[in-house]
Amino acid sequence: MAVSTSQVGRPAQTKTTLRDVLRRMSGPFLFMSPAVLLTTVFFFVPVLILFRISLTNMSTATGLKNYEMIGFENYLMILKHPSTPVNLWTTVKYVVLTLCFFNVGMALVMALLSTHVPRRAGFTYRALWLLPRLTPSVVYIMMWKFIGADAPHGILNRHILGPLGADPSNLISTQPFLFVVLTNGFIGASFGMIVFTSAIEPIPEDYIIAALVDGCTPWQRIRHVILPMISWPLLFVTTYQTLSLLTSFEQIMLLTDGANNTEVWALWAYHRALANYWGNFQWGFGSALAMLLVAIGIVMSVIYMRFFRFDVLVQEPKIEAL
Amino acid sequence: MTWKQRLGSATPLVLLTVLTIPVIVGYVWIMISTFSQRTYGLVPVDREGNFGGLTFENWSFLWDDPHIWNVTFNTIVLAVLLTVGVLVISAMAGYALSRISFPGRKTFLSGTLILHAFPSVTLLISIYFVLRWIGQIPVIGKGLPVIGGFGYDTVGGVALVMVALQLPLGVWLMKGFFDNVSWDMERAALIDGCSRLRVWWEIMLPSIRPGIAALSIFTFIGGWGAYLIPYTYITDQQRSTISAYLRALSGDTSPVNYSRIASVGVFQLIPVLIFFIFTQEYLLSIFGGGTKGGA
Repeated sequence: MAVSTSQVGRPAQTKTTLRDVLRRMSGPFLFMSPAVLLTTVFFFVPVLILFRISLTNMSTATGLKNYEMIGFENYLMILKHPSTPVNLWTTVKYVVLTLCFFNVGMALVMALLSTHVPRRAGFTYRALWLLPRLTPSVVYIMMWKFIGADAPHGILNRHILGPLGADPSNLISTQPFLFVVLTNGFIGASFGMIVFTSAIEPIPEDYIIAALVDGCTPWQRIRHVILPMISWPLLFVTTYQTLSLLTSFEQIMLLTDGANNTEVWALWAYHRALANYWGNFQWGFGSALAMLLVAIGIVMSVIYMRFFRFDVLVQEPKIEAL
Repeated sequence: MTWKQRLGSATPLVLLTVLTIPVIVGYVWIMISTFSQRTYGLVPVDREGNFGGLTFENWSFLWDDPHIWNVTFNTIVLAVLLTVGVLVISAMAGYALSRISFPGRKTFLSGTLILHAFPSVTLLISIYFVLRWIGQIPVIGKGLPVIGGFGYDTVGGVALVMVALQLPLGVWLMKGFFDNVSWDMERAALIDGCSRLRVWWEIMLPSIRPGIAALSIFTFIGGWGAYLIPYTYITDQQRSTISAYLRALSGDTSPVNYSRIASVGVFQLIPVLIFFIFTQEYLLSIFGGGTKGGA
């Protein structure tokens, strides 16, 4: 008896569920499909393509059709390449210096200073620091080229070094690294500055007053009250910006184009595969160079997810049943 | 206030000003330079190197250079396509991720976060091949008016790549904006039989207007100043952007006219500065929401 009812009931039930599921799925499908399509075509497929090309000897010489699979030979070539240690050292130097002095260091200084002045003034200064990031990169680098240009045109040579009696020179070529760090640093500092500011502002006034009553010097107040309370954002900005710096090269390309030992790893890959003076594009070798950065990127992004508990942000939506 | 206290409260302001000077100097220089024959440092000079030489002649590129309006038009097309693309697609996905429960939602959301941190410029090499492949598709690849198509060497293709690379940020921000909208009205509309699409268009989008404004300004400025991706995927000077044009000007082998280059730079900077002056607060909020930092 019970068996027969369930046999009668089941097909009808399946039918409604199926239709129900279809109806419920059509909504999200409609909303999600453009985003899913684009991220597939321009993120996931390119990662696979990049890996595959990195296993070939594809270059201008072989053309896009007549290449051969050569296994991990490109990666071995990177190991043996004479430029590898040089460019690796450049990259490490670039990332560490820019990170310490600007993306974290200057960002922290700006956040601390701009929260200790009247609100309106602090806001204005923070906004000013956004300008380099918003300025078209070509225009921004052009300004820096003029700041460092040779006498009589260059601003530093004309107004600071000249009066001090130093010999004029084109600082972009004599101090290339300094300018690489400066140009990227003035863009990069604003990110940390904003994150730190929004972490410092909610610190209860009582803590600061208590520190003042106890006779703390400003430095002690920063070191023992403020810094411990923003350790989390500090860690976040440091790791996040490491990855950004490691793979950024647009400003360096515009400023020095890798001349005078400023060829960072990402720029090296770009030069090899997409833009060089000899017209010989080594897509295979360039892909292998880029693939190493992609691998670092994937590992680090997954670590952020776990480490910074981003998964907690992935909460359930409020309207589920409809 | 004692002398010492006054000093204590003035110190941060002085330090802030000193640290900010390098940011300002470049902008002051470019403004002076566009209106002078030459500059020695920040001092305008004439051709003999004497103080003076103020002129409007650097701006003659606006009428005697046939390319400038061409590239300006292309840049506007690129920036508008990018803005519309990012807004529509991320507003749709952001809404679904914020309000609808469906299988794969969690995966996509954490995927978005991972991609947000993922350095997309490393994929430029293989995206080149994807664009070449899209270029082979008839009509949409290379045969559309104005935007050229969506393949390699077209404005539309560049816009498409940039939309895709900006999506993780856009989707994430949009989801955040939708999360903050009260869902009473939405639920009422849904119970009354309104379709999801209509709810999205008529109820949800109007309630996140400030968010939409912020994201569109941010995206538009990004598209307007874009250099790397247009430079990589557009070979034709006629169809390139202001950034590429400006870059070509300063890289010419013929004697370079710096004041003229500065003027083209200001020309490109003006819309950015206008947006900046009127929308600082919005922009600060977007960057607070997280962006590709670094450089």
